[in-house]
Amino acid sequence: MAECHPVGFQWVMEAKDRGAKVIHVDPRFTRTSALADRHVPLRAGTDIAFLGGLINHVLQNELYFREYVLAYTNAATLVREDFQDTEDLDGLFSGFDPETRKYDESSWQYDGVDTPAAAGQRSTAQPGGQVKSPNDGGRADRMQEQSGEDVDVRSADQFETAGSGGSGAVPKPERDETLQHPRCVINVLKRHFSRYTPELVGEICGVEPEVFLEVAEAITANSGRDRTTAWVYSVGWTHHTVGVQYIRTCSILQALLGNMGRPGGGILALRGHASIQGSTDIPTLFNILPGYLPMPHAKQHQSLDDYCALGDQRIGFWGNMRAYTVSLLKSWWGDAAQPENDFCFDYMPRISGDHSSYRTVADMIEGKVPGYFLVGENPAVGHANGRMQRFGLANLEWLVVRDLQMIESATFWQDGPEIATGEMVTDQVPTEVFFMPAATHVEKEGTFTQTQRLLQWRHKAVEPPGECRSDLWFYFHLGRRLREKLKDSTDPRDRPLLDLVWDYPTHGEHAEPSAEAVLREINGVGPDGRTLSSYTEMKDDGSTTGGCWIYTGVYADEVNQSARRKPGREQDYVAAEWGWAWPLNRRTLYNRASADPEGRPWSERKKYVWWDEDAGEWTGVDVPDFEKGKRPDYVPPEGAKAQDGIGGADPFIMQDDGKAWLYAPAGLADGPMPTHYEPAESPMTNLLYKQQSNPGREEIHAPWNRLNPSGDDPGARVYPYVFTTYRLTEHHTAGGMSRTLPYLSELQPEFFVEVSPQLAEERGLENGGWATLVSARSAIEAKVLVTERMRPLKTTDGRLIHQIGVPYHWGERGISTGDAANDLFGVVMDPNVHIQESKVASCDIRPGRRPRGTALVEFVEGYRRRAGVPSGLVPLNGRAPVETVEGM
Amino acid sequence: MTTVSSASPAFSGNDPANRLYGPLPDVAGDAGYDGDHPARVGFFTDTSVCIGCKACEVACKEWNMLPMDDADGVRDRMGLTGMSYDNTGMLGANSWRHVAFVEQSRPVDLPMPGVGLPGAGGTPGAHGLADGSQTRQDSVLNAEALAEFDPQTGRSADREIRWLMSSDVCKHCTHAGCLDVCPTGALFRTEFGTVVVQGDICNGCGYCVPACPYGVIDQRKDDGRVFKCTLCYDRTLDGLMPACATACPTESIQFGNLDELQARADARLATLKEQGVQTARLYGRDEGDGVGGAGAFFLLLDEPEVYGLPPDPVVPTRDLPALWKSAGAAAAVMLGVIASAVLGSRRPR
Repeated sequence: MAECHPVGFQWVMEAKDRGAKVIHVDPRFTRTSALADRHVPLRAGTDIAFLGGLINHVLQNELYFREYVLAYTNAATLVREDFQDTEDLDGLFSGFDPETRKYDESSWQYDGVDTPAAAGQRSTAQPGGQVKSPNDGGRADRMQEQSGEDVDVRSADQFETAGSGGSGAVPKPERDETLQHPRCVINVLKRHFSRYTPELVGEICGVEPEVFLEVAEAITANSGRDRTTAWVYSVGWTHHTVGVQYIRTCSILQALLGNMGRPGGGILALRGHASIQGSTDIPTLFNILPGYLPMPHAKQHQSLDDYCALGDQRIGFWGNMRAYTVSLLKSWWGDAAQPENDFCFDYMPRISGDHSSYRTVADMIEGKVPGYFLVGENPAVGHANGRMQRFGLANLEWLVVRDLQMIESATFWQDGPEIATGEMVTDQVPTEVFFMPAATHVEKEGTFTQTQRLLQWRHKAVEPPGECRSDLWFYFHLGRRLREKLKDSTDPRDRPLLDLVWDYPTHGEHAEPSAEAVLREINGVGPDGRTLSSYTEMKDDGSTTGGCWIYTGVYADEVNQSARRKPGREQDYVAAEWGWAWPLNRRTLYNRASADPEGRPWSERKKYVWWDEDAGEWTGVDVPDFEKGKRPDYVPPEGAKAQDGIGGADPFIMQDDGKAWLYAPAGLADGPMPTHYEPAESPMTNLLYKQQSNPGREEIHAPWNRLNPSGDDPGARVYPYVFTTYRLTEHHTAGGMSRTLPYLSELQPEFFVEVSPQLAEERGLENGGWATLVSARSAIEAKVLVTERMRPLKTTDGRLIHQIGVPYHWGERGISTGDAANDLFGVVMDPNVHIQESKVASCDIRPGRRPRGTALVEFVEGYRRRAGVPSGLVPLNGRAPVETVEGM
Repeated sequence: MTTVSSASPAFSGNDPANRLYGPLPDVAGDAGYDGDHPARVGFFTDTSVCIGCKACEVACKEWNMLPMDDADGVRDRMGLTGMSYDNTGMLGANSWRHVAFVEQSRPVDLPMPGVGLPGAGGTPGAHGLADGSQTRQDSVLNAEALAEFDPQTGRSADREIRWLMSSDVCKHCTHAGCLDVCPTGALFRTEFGTVVVQGDICNGCGYCVPACPYGVIDQRKDDGRVFKCTLCYDRTLDGLMPACATACPTESIQFGNLDELQARADARLATLKEQGVQTARLYGRDEGDGVGGAGAFFLLLDEPEVYGLPPDPVVPTRDLPALWKSAGAAAAVMLGVIASAVLGSRRPR
């Protein structure tokens, strides 16, 4: 956190000053470790084992917050009898189909649920529900077919929408409040994690049992009625084939310790840039709409009723999905959106399969994608398998790059690494690249949404230079010009564009659209034309608008609430008048959990939100994340829907059962509970199960995406070392904003890798000298920094596991240049969210510089041959098709 | 002819009106400012909370428009030093803030868990720290112990690592050697008690460079003039904090009136000592040191040498009385010799 979020880290330092104990768990000793009370080095990719060990410690020693767990989690709920755990099936849960490498989740359900509604009749994209494809056989949806049609949305693509997976439509599942039943969730959990002992954690993670127990003692002693513990992770946790399950493991631990919905608790996800949170709230992802509504599917959602039907049945706030959706449609299409035409629901784009980033790049290489926009993104450097990325870009008809600098992704055709190797020839790259210079954050106005869901308004400080323009300007005028061109069109396909509400006021010399007008539109207005103050005011009859339901209230009372800047010293510690947090300015989500079931604070010290009997409402230092007048003893009547179905002591109001889930009966593609699997490329075998890696992981097989052998495969020894990538304080992501600046470049002037003294000795590496790193994808060179901050880990058989640290900022352009670390990675993904495993893989390292030109291609191919990996040689511009591989 | 006596009050060090070393309560007043000049300002750099982000270096260069340079101070060049994360190398004409990165390690007994942990195993005696007083922080490596640290052979599995970071800067000494030797008046004491070099007056003689006991002030090779931290004199005049202190996210660099900073530093040191950080110390805080105390002083977690700081800096003028005394004696002897020679030569022939 000190490395990548130094400004935010000041608050950690402040907490430390007040007595907080800071523990840093990271493969490397970083600037964060330097300031922590305890650094715990672990092997990259073993976090589930570590966290699972903590869960086991908490369960075995009964250290969980019993009252909290009983009342607010699904600990007491019974699981179906036919559920089988990884302990029974050697690393698999029940329902796995080895053919499709996918799970049938029905046996994971709560007791009494025969066919989970979530997977059966609820097959349309219900918010949070999962989609079961009618033609779910084969690898059709894993290996998308040529046309990209006839392939249903992977069930996983619906999982991340609308919060979570729904409850399986049993509002009152059977519970055993004594927690004695062997099939109640907490006992299923206990059994699942029972082998995650300190000793096994030690062997898998390389963490000494004594150190592990010190951490276990610290977090359990600091949780309960009087104290809370917070976990902070950065996006590296998501860069794994089991990334979603990493977060799940931490969620389970925090729920057990009673650290959710309470001050000083929670799981804080630190983002990689400003407003990454905002870019999922108002998404840049293919499968969700603003406010985590699912993206409609081409076949399953023929009408608005199809789309909203199952939201209509939901308990909790997803039950109002129709009102959110209709308000969104009214925002976009205004008067054209009428009840008679389903509020223009037919105008909505549809998805027909997996259109996620890496899949799309594979499609680009195969020539299926004509055009592409890159906005503030430099995949040629910043994405896994840079060579694959560049081949993708080289097989487009046109490419628009909007950036502050002429980045590598705009110039790959001219001076990219493949030009040097001859794999790409400049005058035979068909892509026409349009570079549009962009305004920086100080040159435009608008909001950033940070990790606390806090929207903070930014005023424009200076005019952008020259031709640089804001994104808002670009898209507004692009839309305006397209509409101008089509204004006489009678083609029905042009109606969605022509009917759009596109009337933002503009100002200034360049006709800059008003960002406040956009924010007001996002907030939504009521029938009286005034801004709404809450999403609960949204109607499904078309009388309200709202561009993103969770943001409703940011423009309450016609005031830009995100621009509030009342200094912290003039308010209490919650600082509710600084910016505006969604939803409804709540600073801590699910804060009903900060009071006991009767509505009293758990303790005076951790008092936050409580029930005021005299006033008959919830009150506290934060905006209660609960219906203000709902009594703690409220019991929903039979058949109650939406928020009315949530009981007065159920804080997790987005779930159908109002509970935090220690066990997820639905909603995850790779198991109801997290399990330690080895990374897709690992020098170790899985010590827990025969199943080596996540059985559901997604792979793309092609010459430009070869994977290193792993585990006990003999070829694995060809790539014997673990490497992990990361950022340095001095640079920003793919470097476009830092390698181009002298004051930052001079601070970290060259691409380097960090190795332990032991590895340096083993491979003859010299501090300050050159090294070449090789994987089945590519070979790159870097300077060597020998440091004890990199620590080799001993395995049980006495083998030393060496880890190499590789900062990923460099590319061939800018003031400070170097090879791109991400060229080493292959693309292998988490099945829930299609995020690549780019925090751990295997490689070889050797002293000296890498070969140049075609010799580099032969060098990497030689490694592949030795490791028994298929050839990675490609035709010109990389245009080799995706392969179908049997029996993966 | 003026006679120079070592007994002259000007060089005794005890005359509150004009001293060459030792404590000086009103440094600006001593430089000739009126009684209503502003209070002396300075930096307190608390390295125990420095996270090594180098925001101070960048903010300094941005504000003062300094050129990029490499670790040897060569302008418009850059290169990896291979010395931890420090690619600035040292303070110089183009780098007025420098963050040092010191990696240390030593063999340790692994810490044992606290008492009574289920599943911890072992005898009760094995729980808890072997030595009740010993915690991680109070047993840190000091300079003497560095000798046992060989980074190329250390086995890290049972080694403890520490990474010290510290942002160095011009000390703005109470008795500034650079200022005292400057023949042109380019270096001057400001009304805030800070020491600033004026680029338009400096003639590049370079006398100040060896006069600085810290090696701070430095000549720009292509230009000849000397440059160093001004404690953002331009900003101070406008009531703003210096750029580095403004940018520092963890308040490792604190700017303010020196007496307030000193009180804050004393309290911080006491807190750290209370927490068992026995190796913590203040550097440049002591008004009795060789420069009369520094306007920019530090809280360090180890010996100054570990950070590349001189352990006992002395302003060259401290030895001036002794030098003049010797010179005076020599002059007297010379005078005697000449006199006797002259007198001798007058001997009648």
